[in-house]
Order: sequence, then C-alpha cells, then structure tokens
Amino acid sequence: MRIEHADVVVVGGGAAGLSAALAAVETFAAAGRDDAVVALVSKVYPMRSHTVAAEGGAAGVVPGGADSAEAHVADTLRGGAGLSHDDAVRFVVDRAPAELARLERLGMPWSRTDDGRPAVRRFGGMTHPRTWFAADKTGFHLLHTLFQTSLREPAIRRYDEHVVLDLLVVDGACRGVVGYDQHHGETVTVLAPAVVLATGGYARAWGTSTNASIVTGDGLSMVLRAGLPLRDLEMVQVHPTCLPGSGILITEAARGEGGVLLDAAGERYLADYGLGPVTPVGAPEPRRMELGPRDQLSQAFWHADRAGRTIPTRDGGVVHLDLRHLGKAAIDERLPLVAGLARRYAGVDPVTTPIPVRPAAHYTMGGIVTTPQGRVLDARGAEVPGLFAAGECASTGLHGANRLGSNSLVETLVTGRAAGELAAAPSAGAFPDRAALDPARAAADRWLAMRGRGTEPPAAIRRELGAVLDAEVGIFRDATGLARAQATLDELNARYQEVRVADTAAVLNTDWAQAIELGAMLDLARGAVAAAIGRTESRGAHQRLDHPQTDDVARHSLAARGDDGAITITWQEPEP
Amino acid sequence: MSDEPTLRVTVTRQEPGEAPRDETFDVPYDDRTTVLDTLDWIKDHAAPALTYRSSCRMGVCGSCGVMVNGRPVLGCETSVAGYRTSGITVAPMTHATVQRDLAVDTDEFLAKLRGVNPWLLPAPAAPAAPEDDPAATVPATVDVLRVHAQTPGQVKAYQGLSQCIDCMLCYAACPVLDDVAGFTGPAAIATARRWDLDSRDEGNETRFPLLVENEEGVWPCIQVGACTRACPKGVDPARAIADYQREAMGG
Ligand SMILES: Cc1cc2nc3c(=O)[nH]c(=O)nc-3n(C[C@H](O)[C@H](O)[C@H](O)COP(=O)(O)OP(=O)(O)OC[C@H]3O[C@@H](n4cnc5c(N)ncnc54)[C@H](O)[C@@H]3O)c2cc1C
Ligand code: SF4
Ligand code: FES
Repeated sequence: MRIEHADVVVVGGGAAGLSAALAAVETFAAAGRDDAVVALVSKVYPMRSHTVAAEGGAAGVVPGGADSAEAHVADTLRGGAGLSHDDAVRFVVDRAPAELARLERLGMPWSRTDDGRPAVRRFGGMTHPRTWFAADKTGFHLLHTLFQTSLREPAIRRYDEHVVLDLLVVDGACRGVVGYDQHHGETVTVLAPAVVLATGGYARAWGTSTNASIVTGDGLSMVLRAGLPLRDLEMVQVHPTCLPGSGILITEAARGEGGVLLDAAGERYLADYGLGPVTPVGAPEPRRMELGPRDQLSQAFWHADRAGRTIPTRDGGVVHLDLRHLGKAAIDERLPLVAGLARRYAGVDPVTTPIPVRPAAHYTMGGIVTTPQGRVLDARGAEVPGLFAAGECASTGLHGANRLGSNSLVETLVTGRAAGELAAAPSAGAFPDRAALDPARAAADRWLAMRGRGTEPPAAIRRELGAVLDAEVGIFRDATGLARAQATLDELNARYQEVRVADTAAVLNTDWAQAIELGAMLDLARGAVAAAIGRTESRGAHQRLDHPQTDDVARHSLAARGDDGAITITWQEPEP
Repeated sequence: MSDEPTLRVTVTRQEPGEAPRDETFDVPYDDRTTVLDTLDWIKDHAAPALTYRSSCRMGVCGSCGVMVNGRPVLGCETSVAGYRTSGITVAPMTHATVQRDLAVDTDEFLAKLRGVNPWLLPAPAAPAAPEDDPAATVPATVDVLRVHAQTPGQVKAYQGLSQCIDCMLCYAACPVLDDVAGFTGPAAIATARRWDLDSRDEGNETRFPLLVENEEGVWPCIQVGACTRACPKGVDPARAIADYQREAMGG
C-alpha cells in the first residue's frame, strides 16, 4: 500500500470538488502556506464528472432588477416543502450571484444580453428569471472552466482514476481516505487533516435515469460505513421530460424558452392536472403549466399515462414536447444540445417534429448531513472533525423535499467553496499517527478480496435493482409497492454478498470497480426504501398514494447502517 | 432469443505488457444500439474483464472514444445499424499508449493541454493587481459581482472552439502524430485559440510563443484537416492551427 500525505483531500472532481480544491488553494495561499498540497482524488478524470451533463443553468439573483434574494429564498423554501432550512437557503442564495460572477471572471462563457451582461432565463418553480446559462451546456462549460483553471494551480495534486474505497476515521475524526490507483494497480492511503467529500448523488441506481453510469452514491455509502447518518434518502426527484429508453434529459430550459407538452390528442394536458390555466403557446409564465414545479409535472404525466392519454411506445407511454413554434434559429441558438440529442437519440428533428418524452430519476436531494457550510454532522448533530461534504452528495438543508432546477449547480459552487475554505483552515485538524494505517490496510484488503470470487452476476443484480426502483420508488409510492421493493432489495443484497468479480487484474479493473459501485447503489436504495416506508405522508418528491396528506410537522429521515449491514431509520424535526 | 439479429463485434484486446489480440462476439442489437451498448453487452454477458471508458452516454463527457473500423468515434454516439453487414471492429484510439484493452493514456494529452495555459490570463506586461487576478480571494472592497462585459457577438468569436470535450478523437485522426509524437496537437491548439479569441483574455502574448517558437507547436501540422473531420462537436482545430501559422508568418 502506497502512503501519501496532503493538507486537504478532496474526493470528487465535479463542480463541487473543483470549487473546494480551488478555494482550499486560495485559503492556503492567503495564509502564506506555499507548501500546502491539495489532493484531488477522482474515479474519473475531473472533466468527465457528471456535472458535465447539466444543461439548463445556475440560479443567482441579478442585482438591480425586480428580483430579490427574498424571492429566491421564498421560492426555494416553497420547493423544499418544510424540509429546507432557512439558514442553508439563505447561505446559498446570498452567495450565489458572487459565485456566478466569479465564474465569469474565470472565463465561463455565459450567454449574454445584447448589451453584454450575463443573460438569465426562466426556470420551473422560480418566480423571476434568474437562471444564468451557457446555451444549454451550462454544466459542461462550468466544469471545463473550473477544470482548466485548476490546471494552473501547482498546489493541486490530482489523483485521476483513483477509486476511493473508504474514509479513514480515527477516534471519531476523519484523517484521510483509502483508495485504489487504477493506473498503477495498487492501494493508496492519503493521510490528511481534512477531507471534503464531493462525490455526487445516487440517481443512477434507478433503471431509467438521467444520470451517468458513475453517479452511484459511493461517498454516501462510505459515510454510512463510517457510522454516520444520511438524511432524506427517499427524496428523489423525477424529471418529467427525458428521452424514452435512454433517460437522456431534455432540459427544462426547453420549456423555459417556450416549449409545450402535448398528450396523444395534442392537448395541453397539464391544465387538467392542476397546472392551469393554460398559458398561450410560446409565452411561458412562471410556476404555471410547463413551468410548474417538476414534481407536479411528473405527477401529471403519471395521471395522464393511467388515463390513457399518452402515446404508447416500447419504452412505455410518452407525451410530446413541442418546440416547433420556436423556430429553427431560436432552437439552434438557445437549445443546440437538446436539438442534437433529439436528432441522435430519438430520431426526431425538433424544428419539424415534437420530441417524445417521459419521466426519469434525476436528482437526489438527500445525502450526508452537513451545516450550510458543509461541515459533516453525526447522528447527534455534533460536527465530525476533519470531514466536510459539498454538492449533490450533501444534504445541507437547501433543497429539502424537492430541489428547484438550477439551484444545484450554484450549490456546488457556494458550498464547495465554503467547505474548501473550512478544510484548509488551520484549525481543521492534525495528521494521524502510523497506527491509523492498520485499519486502512484492513479496509483495502477487504475490498481487494472481492476479486476472483463470487457466483452472482453483477449485471443481473444491477438490472433488477433499476427495475424495482423504477416500478415502486418513482413518482407515486404506496405501502404494497414499497414492501415489494424492500423484499426485492433484501434478496438482491443477499445475492450481492456473493457477487461475481471475474477479473483479477490489477490495472483498470472495471469489473471490480463496478461491483463496488453496485454495492453503494444497493446501500442507498435500501436506505431510500426504508425511509419511504416510514414516511407515511406526502411531501415534495415523496408522494404516497395511500397517504396523500402532508403531516403538520415536517420530519427528516435519518438512515444509519448497523454492523450487520441492516439499515435503520430514525426521524428528526428540522431545527427551527 | 435466438431469432434476435446479432452483429459481429471484434474487439482488440490488450493486457499491459502483452501483445494485442482480437476477440469476436455476436451481439444482439436493434435500430437504437450504439457501439458503447455492444461493449456493455459483451462486458455483461461474455467478457467481464473487457476494459473501456464511458460515463454520460450522451456525447458530452468525452470518455468513450474508440476506433470503429479504423475511424475514431464516440462509442455512445455511434449507432451500429449502418454496420449490419460488415460488422464492426473496435480498437483503442491510435496515437495514444494503450493502458488496457480500449482504455488509452489520457495524461499525455492533458500535459499538452496544460502546456498551452488554457485558462483566462491577465495581460503579461502589467503584473496583475490583486483584484485583477481572478484567482485571488476577492477582498471585501472589491465588487464581488463585477463581471466583464461581453456581447453575444464576442461570445460567438470563441464559442465554436469552446465546445471541445477533450475526447482525443482528433489526435487519433491526425496523421502528423505518426511521425511527431510530441506535436501539441489539434485539441490543445484549438483550446489555446478559444482563449486567445475570448475578449476577456489577455494571454495571447503568453500563448503565442508556446505555439510558434516551439517546433512541436503549430508547425508540424500539414493541414490535412483530419482533426476537423473527426471532431464530434464541430470544433475546427485545423482552422485554429492554420490561423496561428498565418499569424506567425505575419499574414
Ligand atoms: C442531466 C442532468 C442535468 C442537470 N442540469 C442541471 C441544471 O441545469 N442546473 C442545476 O443546477 N443542476 C443540474 N443538474 C444537477 C447538477 O448537475 C448536479 O447536482 C451537480 O453537477 C453535481 O455536482 P457534484 O460536483 O456534486 O458531483 P459530480 O459532478 O457528479 O461529481 C462527482 C465526482 O465524484 C467523483 N467520485 C464519486 N465517487 C468516487 C469514488 N468512489 N472515488 C473517487 N471519486 C469519486 C467522481 O469521479 C466525480 O468527479 C443536472 C443533473 C443531470 C443529471
Ligand atoms: S477538438 Fe473535437 S475531436 Fe478534438 S478533443 Fe476536442 S471535441 Fe474531441
Ligand atoms: S460516454 Fe460520455 S461521451 Fe460517450
């Protein structure tokens, strides 16, 4: 096992991880710590991270206009349905414009108004246009801007294609990570006084998902194994407009620009499901019809599908997203990615033909319990020394029971930065002594022992996992379906104990790496289902057919993992 | 499902330190199957150790470049339907060191990219005041909301070049790399140009010598245009290189 030292370890090279790493570098530089090393560990090259796929934009109030921070806070709290925390929402909303401006100064190619200012567009659930965008490739440009900026920082030592396996927790404090170098084929322990987790969400567990194959909840699973809780895992956002089969996202920006949704008869069906009154075609209005909150749009699809109003295909019912009235020029200018995706993966040209769409799992609101600044908390609400989390893996209290589109990219910037600054502060912690390496070695050996054994084909487990989550843990849930899901997951988890890892190679062993990812997804799925069973109410992204009411008192679910691997759920009221 | 149509997929496999060998699989497919789907099928059903990269499956992360019948493509964007009769041969991208099977070294490319200073540079003559350094923590006295003005037309000037996903297909396509392995290469030069054409960037004088006073900079290019034809994102590296060459010759 290779042993290395860093002053901060950042796990994850997406927007949150890169923001944290850059902020840590600046913090060290400001303190005169020229020798400081920030280790940036990522299982893929940073520019491949899933942030790259974000399309629509990032929210931040443009000063001097009709919009205000108060309005952004109010919209976010409304989306969060009682589970957002005022302080976390405030923290992000107040810092959002400055972070988006910082990105501009780093060279982010924001789309512009005619007089040269960053342009904003409308987004679902937002009462004002406040979503900054770079055509419909906002995440791509954001990630590349951050990544290219990081290349100039010699203090950032990258560990590309290193899979982190476990956190190194010593006496209740995080002191590094245990990982595996896929290029050299060896285990690596990086010791550090502080670790920032920025490992992204877990929506790839669902069979039909907008998420890349790498979005498997690894960091959350590590946190569970370290004996720390995960919050609100049942809160999974289903995006209403995705390509059938592939799950590829057709961004909400397509509706913000004026796209409309039509059922099989060509009707604006959303009006019949509480999203009306109908807005004129091409004149979208905030919070109505196609720009209503995402969960309501997905729910409307569910009802329309059951009422026989969708168009049957081999991938289930679809509705039509009609952009034709926008015209070729606007489609090519503002929605070039969407146009290309529709042509390539759905075989339709949106200039002349509506795009078939249906819902897919998209964003996981729940995650590692943190303060607004990204300090990780334990089950009693105490800070875990040396451990921070930011981005989609964290549950800071911003999104609550439902995220508003374009709030998450900006969260990666604001919380990533805050966590990076805290992790680089002198008080962050100390290096552990060599005794801490024994558990690291033991952990590495356990993971390596998975190779060349087992009988259960991982592909089958992965497929069945995706199918049961799609079927029972989607837009609407009920006790019977969730019980079925739980039974299936228990069975899959039992089979997973004997998962077959045929490949025994040391270098780039993706068979093994994918088996590890599958284990993480199973952990998160079991947590999500257990929490969904316990939440006998409907709130935000969690809608129970058998419990349509919303409880008077909002509670968070907290999932914990016992030594036997069983997941238990406790309930906690958000602090006032 | 024996009546399902299958496609002959030959994959060039290679373990570290060993010679490459071809393996052929019959893979079920339909009108939507991509090259990447066939690799996933092989990994799931026939050869669990098969090694290749992929992530987004929507042509934006740049992970999945491979040679298909000798042509560099993104596996996730390439439908197999057109290869019904010929079948496909999938090989690792050329002009890169094979790490294992279809996975090739990416560090060499990133070193070339880094070499052109692909970030927003302030003017070299006037050492940046703290508030002009975009990296500096913005002091409280500086307007944290300050942004450059840039018109839509000024964005257009570099927009095409900013679409590069670092997939390295242009390197696989470039014949110059047969002879000059150290050639900075299409994508890195296109990205240098992206910054040089950005009205906010003042780094031209820094990047220009890196590209023209370096014999492995823009000069090895003989303007075959293979990079531009190979690029899945419409970036035009050939044009970027030609523009530097012309400027260097005072054109
Ligand atoms: C298709 C799509 C479109 C979206 N559009 C928008 C939008 O328009 N606006 C918006 O606000 N949000 C959008 N989102 C959500 C937003 O993009 C994500 O929430 C955000 O990008 C997450 O960033 P992140 O840095 O937290 O994680 P990611 O970008 O997912 O990065 C995770 C990183 O962690 C690393 N990692 C994970 N596990 C390990 C491990 N075991 N070892 C080492 N490294 C590891 C990965 O390599 C990766 O670098 C969209 C999401 C999707 C899926
Ligand atoms: S220029 Fe085109 S082909 Fe070359 S790396 Fe960039 S996107 Fe890929
Ligand atoms: S898998 Fe991302 S580009 Fe092909």
